[in-house]
Amino acid sequence: MMDLINNLSIGFGVAFTAQNLIYAFIGCVLGTLIGVLPGVGPIATIAMLLPATYALPPVAALIMLAGIYYGAQYGGSTTAILVNLPGESSSVVTVIDGYQMARQGRAGPALAAAGLGSFFAGCVGTLILAAFAAPLTEVAFKFGPAEYFSLMVLGLIGAVVLASGSLLKAVAMIVLGLLLGLVGTDVNSGVARFSFDIPELTDGIGFITIAMGVFGYGEIIANLSNPEDEREVFTGKVKNLYPTAEDFKRMVPAVLRGTAIGSILGILPGGGALLAAFAAYTIEKKTKLKPGEVPFGKGNIRGVAAPESANNAGSQTSFIPLLTLGIPPNAVMALMVGAMTIHNIQPGPQVMTSNPELFWGLIASMWIGNLMLIILNLPLIGMWIKLLTVPYRWLFPSIVLFCAIGVYSTNNNTFDIWMVAIFGVIGYGFIKLGVEPAPLLLGFILGPMMEENLRRALLLSRGDWSVFVTRPLSAGLLAAAALLLVIVMLPAIKSKREEAFVED
Amino acid sequence: MNIKSQKDFFSGLMFTAVGVGFAWGAVGYNVGTGARMGPGYFPLMLGIVLAILGGLIMFKALVVETEDGDKIGKWAWKPLVFIISANLLFGIMIGGLPSIGLPPMGLVAGIFALTIVASLAGDTFKLKEVLVLSAVLALGSYLAFVMLLKLQFPVWPTFIAG
Repeated sequence: MMDLINNLSIGFGVAFTAQNLIYAFIGCVLGTLIGVLPGVGPIATIAMLLPATYALPPVAALIMLAGIYYGAQYGGSTTAILVNLPGESSSVVTVIDGYQMARQGRAGPALAAAGLGSFFAGCVGTLILAAFAAPLTEVAFKFGPAEYFSLMVLGLIGAVVLASGSLLKAVAMIVLGLLLGLVGTDVNSGVARFSFDIPELTDGIGFITIAMGVFGYGEIIANLSNPEDEREVFTGKVKNLYPTAEDFKRMVPAVLRGTAIGSILGILPGGGALLAAFAAYTIEKKTKLKPGEVPFGKGNIRGVAAPESANNAGSQTSFIPLLTLGIPPNAVMALMVGAMTIHNIQPGPQVMTSNPELFWGLIASMWIGNLMLIILNLPLIGMWIKLLTVPYRWLFPSIVLFCAIGVYSTNNNTFDIWMVAIFGVIGYGFIKLGVEPAPLLLGFILGPMMEENLRRALLLSRGDWSVFVTRPLSAGLLAAAALLLVIVMLPAIKSKREEAFVED
Repeated sequence: MNIKSQKDFFSGLMFTAVGVGFAWGAVGYNVGTGARMGPGYFPLMLGIVLAILGGLIMFKALVVETEDGDKIGKWAWKPLVFIISANLLFGIMIGGLPSIGLPPMGLVAGIFALTIVASLAGDTFKLKEVLVLSAVLALGSYLAFVMLLKLQFPVWPTFIAG
């Protein structure tokens, strides 16, 4: 306990210098500004702004990058709620209820729920990171490749429960996503798979091209195909910006649950923050609705508060494997590794002992960053809501433009523009065929990781598949996945689930 | 044999076709064994699973009754064609099209082309309004992306900027 206070006081001593506070502030503002642009997620934002930090001292650079990351996430959830466009993988679920709330003119409470939930989760996440960084590495150490593989199976099955409509089609979409994730150079053998001799494809399909094509273009086309009067435009219906007392009552338990789930799942490498948002939403959906509460998928505030809190708690605790083991658990953390290496810091367990000022300064500045964002964003919610009053005939060409610019600037390559066109057509096809694209995205991200862990697990067991059920942790995770599937397929729940999805 | 659900039948068909395609491609790489997985192992496995899933979906679509036959409905060709071509045109303006000798025309021309073509996808098209929107977007993008963020864009046609 004394250690924690000592460590944190070192950290706040570093973070509370005028220079570092300014960098944290600039990072938050820039991150939000760019993250709010549809289709520009934290990865693209950090990648774009990374060069701006090269000239700074290491501590300041990392503090600013952390600020950019949080800002981009805040901005991303704003866009998800207002424009129905997930700029990042983890706001895919926020879209479901958040956009519905915006449609009903409740964008204000949705944004406030996301902001307040994220702030609370960020505070808790930072504390956990500070207190448990060292002991928690041991939990992660217990996870071998077999456990990771089983964990991903569980995560994917959990996501299926979330997709509306046919369970079979959702599973098929996951598998399709996994396959698309494998396109590109196989890390183990160096073979370029399914790349059709196109040099750009050897790096794999970009997450951003899939997300923007399927969610951005596909959705716009489907929207435009509805006759004018049927189209879901949500202008001029925004009444109150802040959540009502009733909203708060429902939000608080959801935020608490989301924070808890996010903090735990965020630690696990391999899309922890992403799984956290999905898991939090699934759990909220499973809890009983109070009388008079809006069902999920139709604008329930819990469906925004829980995944946003989980996502933020998870992104906070996902620093744990990076800072303690040196393993980037997701693409954002991989960029952080790049930034640290540029400043001659080798991420890993030694950072905490050899460079305590950087380690604890970064942790303290995370909390400061979260505080700045809530101060910056809640009063500015009115400004985001103004975006809603723009007529759709102006908005959709602008979204198409931002998608095109965003896609192009990720790699400065027109090839990505051709790819996003293909995925736009595919995305519209998905909508016409009545298949949900969200599981595809999840599968896409987990594809390479699943293959790698499967490969390692089977290598260690000399090709014996029983390793997944003989290792207790792995067996437990698989059993949980099987249980989930059985529960969903039980006749009573099945009919209820279908009922819930039919009514929209 | 009647198709009971058109949407399910064709999505099943799509999954099966893609699954077979991936599995077929995977056989072309070294598949290996469980203990020594080759690059083809995992995709082959997934491809087979996807093809089976697609088959099951198709089977269900032929057997299970639905109320209205789950018709796919008309394709919205107009928005599909205009949105996608707006995007492609933007790419051509940024990158040029060497095969017909078109030099890169730059960001500003690209924004105008994209906005005008994309706007044609809507129900109402007022040229004056679209031109104002294009100009606003072009100016805004120039300030935000080029001036502020210093993204690497060719802003003007290469034969002017040199």
